[in-house]
Amino acid sequence: MIPAPFDYVRADSVEQALTALAEHGDEAKLLAGGHSLLPLMKLRLAVPTVLVDIGHLSDLSYVRVESDQVAIGATTRHHELETSSVSLTDAPLLAHVAGRVGDPQVRHRGTIGGTVAHGDPASDLPTALLALDAVIVAQGPTGRREIAATEFFLGFFETALAADELIIELRVPRTGSVGWGYEKFTRRENDWPIVAAAAVDGRVALANMGGTVLRAKAVEHALASGASLGAAAEYAAEGTSPSEDMHADADYRRHLARLLTRRALESASSGLSGPSRSGRPR
Amino acid sequence: MSILGTRVVRTEDPLFLTRGATYTDDLVDERLTGALHATFVRSQVAHGRVLSVEIEEAARAPGVVAVITAADLTDLEPLRGYSFIPKTMVRPWLAGETVRFVGDPVAVVLTEQRYQGEDAADLVAVDIEPYPAVVRLADSAQESTLLFPDAGTNVAKTFKKPAPQDFFDDCEVVVRQAIVNQRVAPVPLETRAAAACWGADGRVTVWCSNQGAQQVRDQLTEWLALDDGVVHVITPDVGGGFGAKIGADPEFALIAWLARRQGRPVRWAESRSENLVGMVHGRGQDQTVTIGGRRDGTVQAYGIEIVQDSGAYPWLGTALPGLTILMAPGVYAIDKVHGSARSLVTNTTPTGAYRGAGRPEATAAIERAMDLFAVEIGMDPAEVRRRNLLPAFIEPHKTPTGATYDSGNYVAALDKVLAAAGYDDLRREQAQRRSRGDVYQLGIGISVYVEITGGEPDEGGEEHAQIEVHADGRATILTGASPHGQGHATGFAMLASARLGIPLDKITVQHGDTDRVPEGGGTMGSRSLQQGGAAVHQAAGELIDLARQRAARVLEANPDDLVVDLPLAGLSVRGTPGTGVSFAELAAEEALLVNSTFSAAAATYPFGAHIAVVEVDTESGKAEVRRMVSVDDAGTILNPLLAEGQRHGGIAQGVGQALLEEVLYDDAGNPLTSTLADYPFVSATELPSFELIAMETVTEMNPLGAKGIGEAGTIGSTPAVQNAVIDAVAHLGVRHIDMPTTPMRVWRAMNEARATPESMRTDS
Amino acid sequence: MQVSITVNGAARSDDVEPRLLLAHYLREVCDLRATNIGCDTTSCGACTVIVDGLTVKSCTVLAVQTQGCRVTTAEGLSSQDGELHPVPAAFRAEHGLQCGFCTPGMVMAAIGLLADNPDPTDREVREGLEGNLCRCTGYHNIVRAVRTAAKAGPGASAVPGAGEVSA
Repeated sequence: MIPAPFDYVRADSVEQALTALAEHGDEAKLLAGGHSLLPLMKLRLAVPTVLVDIGHLSDLSYVRVESDQVAIGATTRHHELETSSVSLTDAPLLAHVAGRVGDPQVRHRGTIGGTVAHGDPASDLPTALLALDAVIVAQGPTGRREIAATEFFLGFFETALAADELIIELRVPRTGSVGWGYEKFTRRENDWPIVAAAAVDGRVALANMGGTVLRAKAVEHALASGASLGAAAEYAAEGTSPSEDMHADADYRRHLARLLTRRALESASSGLSGPSRSGRPR
Repeated sequence: MSILGTRVVRTEDPLFLTRGATYTDDLVDERLTGALHATFVRSQVAHGRVLSVEIEEAARAPGVVAVITAADLTDLEPLRGYSFIPKTMVRPWLAGETVRFVGDPVAVVLTEQRYQGEDAADLVAVDIEPYPAVVRLADSAQESTLLFPDAGTNVAKTFKKPAPQDFFDDCEVVVRQAIVNQRVAPVPLETRAAAACWGADGRVTVWCSNQGAQQVRDQLTEWLALDDGVVHVITPDVGGGFGAKIGADPEFALIAWLARRQGRPVRWAESRSENLVGMVHGRGQDQTVTIGGRRDGTVQAYGIEIVQDSGAYPWLGTALPGLTILMAPGVYAIDKVHGSARSLVTNTTPTGAYRGAGRPEATAAIERAMDLFAVEIGMDPAEVRRRNLLPAFIEPHKTPTGATYDSGNYVAALDKVLAAAGYDDLRREQAQRRSRGDVYQLGIGISVYVEITGGEPDEGGEEHAQIEVHADGRATILTGASPHGQGHATGFAMLASARLGIPLDKITVQHGDTDRVPEGGGTMGSRSLQQGGAAVHQAAGELIDLARQRAARVLEANPDDLVVDLPLAGLSVRGTPGTGVSFAELAAEEALLVNSTFSAAAATYPFGAHIAVVEVDTESGKAEVRRMVSVDDAGTILNPLLAEGQRHGGIAQGVGQALLEEVLYDDAGNPLTSTLADYPFVSATELPSFELIAMETVTEMNPLGAKGIGEAGTIGSTPAVQNAVIDAVAHLGVRHIDMPTTPMRVWRAMNEARATPESMRTDS
Repeated sequence: MQVSITVNGAARSDDVEPRLLLAHYLREVCDLRATNIGCDTTSCGACTVIVDGLTVKSCTVLAVQTQGCRVTTAEGLSSQDGELHPVPAAFRAEHGLQCGFCTPGMVMAAIGLLADNPDPTDREVREGLEGNLCRCTGYHNIVRAVRTAAKAGPGASAVPGAGEVSA
């Protein structure tokens, strides 16, 4: 229940963080909120020998409007994203989903950059970011690059981020006037989603229906072709490869994907302020 | 106005809420200075032959003082647990030849510092040649693989044979159902912990998180083959037990043994992951129930066949079916009742007691059976129950299974809970939702229960109390009970205060130190108030008698003319209050102290009725509990605040088992729920606030009129919730869903029911 | 490595391993053992403390991450004369604790909840405490305790030495 020994480097700037990553390569992991990494290290499922702490880089913590986008600094804590007036106004799906991650204590520490870099297919924020067609801005030794969310999640806990890069910002389009829905199915409020569906602006993303968070492309095509919400939602399981675990087998996950997609689309189209926590329409 | 029966906040709390309680791993004691930290290495394989345990690399790791394996334990006698454990199924101290469950301890690493222990434990290489893992009870029963070849069987214990073939022949209607009362994990928030230190006087002090220091002392004395008087056990504050901390764990003996071997104190505190495989699990019964009767609702016969999962090494769980069979008929007047059971070993964590220990299993079975019978004959489940309840009684009532219920009024309990729940309104709302075809359907589940507390059917238990009043006006109570959240310090102080007049804040209650309290039965089986409290009450009476003799001399009065003067906290001549002598003054020259043992004639039988109201999302199968309404009658209530707390906690655990919790293993015996991220321990968001109704039917078994309340909530609530979830989708043809009633299970049940024509519906 | 952390208002400097969890730092280096550890997967919340005004699970924070921070534990809530802070006082009044193991963390989480939402409904209390597990109370009286504490107003979310807890 405690991590294997490691060395600790506190980065006071992005440059320092990049230097440390370059120096230590595969042996190093970035530490922001630590609420994806430290639990793995405590179970010794991850054993990095160097941790580079970027949790104090307050320059990377912001939520602001930049023309038609909302820019979110990578070290922005979920709690800030949940409560920021900018996200509530201009990225309400993201604000809502940030408030669904774990519990309050976790939300006080976890960062959006850390969550995205972790690449968990059952993770709430990556699902919302995918539905929003977010852009991930990464910085490495050779400079910055932008990676579309749709190109970012490559495999099971595997992302397009290189070992010598760090995420510095995420950008989403402003969606203040667009309906959205987020349906997260859990046994207990605090759990990771068994399946989740995010819907906004004709796009649908799913959590825990495969090795990565996924866009429900078949649903989107159906919607674009004029299908009703219910009919479009029937395609939610297409192109997915849901896993089996104690909570759900593949069949049930597929059923949930269809059900949650339909409900998320209904929320999005109803124009109300989104679902209540329990997923019941307000 | 007596303090008894009033809501008194706990005297324990100020310390708990400021500096915090002192649990075993919190201990700062000079005797533990320089203590080594023990870390166990546990098998990662469910069943296999130990080929080698390589310790060299671990032994060289920083801070490692020793690495112990089975080979080192040559001077330890085989572990003698409960008398019913077959001699061929004895648990080794450390697995040397065979590992039998994931979590089976194989080695112990001793380090100077805590963190070094986990590092070193990782370096111990255990090479195991796997045997086939016997994980499911059906596989164990088949006996193609035996866990203990010398035993020649996987059966650890047998209780009676199954009912004869013709048992239900005279019944118009017979319903049979296979039911799983699933394995759950107790999960007290404080994991197991122990520390040991040998003194220069040759005695060993063992601190441990446990529900009864005296029993631990006796077990360690026997296990380590020590003389009486050598072992001194102290239970510091204990962070929950729920039955899983009854009796010593083998690890405690190893900690004491290691401390002697090393000549240094040793401490151990397990991690939660270790706890979820290393601490006993609860429940674990496969049941077949058969209920037969007439179409008019009369139940004529009931049978239950049980296969109990003992886990890898028979322990307390092995014997629990005896209680299940004893309580099989529950609150009902059923002429013919039959129970049979076998306990089998499997390559899983051993099972033990968990809140209710054998009785929740009985109630869940009969309450399921009553609902199945009700559906079969098309009668309302409350009505079916009402027609079969034993009528109210205050004289002992002997049941077909050999229990002697002391007092009960089950009809009143059912009536009260139906009224409080607004049962007719609920059925109306349910009907409306059904006719509209709402997505969210309402389910109403009922259970009426009785359970046994405080002893065996034919003999009650006993408990000891010492009361001493000091010259400064304070009093000290020593009890053989062992609170771990129940608030006995407050409750017992109330009992003494009520009789002696000494204010609560001047009374200290101590327990759990075998040098101070050599005799005691601990806190388990809901025994503490009815026996421990009765002992305190009795001791107070005896102290008054002792004081009376002294007061008579001091006041030069006739002892018969002296009465207790509560405001004075002493005795005065009748009719002249305030003029007598206080107990404190009577203690000035000679200690004013009594020791008393209270023996209950027999066990007591608290009872009640619960209604659960759930909403099921019929599109996903997810059930949410909207209301829990309960009547729990445990006789006279000493402190309603504390009693309600016990009911709340019990109800929550019942909802937990019915809706969420299950310990799962894959087919190779690997645990799938060995962290709290995976084990769905019920949290605040799955529960409503509870609606408790008071009811007190006294018992004659102790002067307090009290029965046990600690486990009743769990016994009553679990079947109510299960029945409610099934009831929510019963109109779709669903007859049964095993616990936990997960969304996937409910969804599957609905699909299967839809796919099965009415005429072809079976009972399973 | 050296870390300087203010704990319950007292500045301290200690030499610690990077991997030392804040929970163990508080318990074993600072001798503040009210904060308990109940799990190893950030699930149970028994270890909840307040760092720079926000509730965190101290088992999932390294002591070194709190360099320069102000940390408050349950022991830091009560005054010198032992008078209870409004939240633990409410826990006592409502019998919101039994074995007490989850309690320090639950109390800290409740303070954080009230900072965020000074007048929560029962449902909001339950959601606000979703990160804290209790096996004894069934949460019923914990919810009552938080509602009772809320009546104390801003004092309920005040933490000595840290001003108010941040929302």
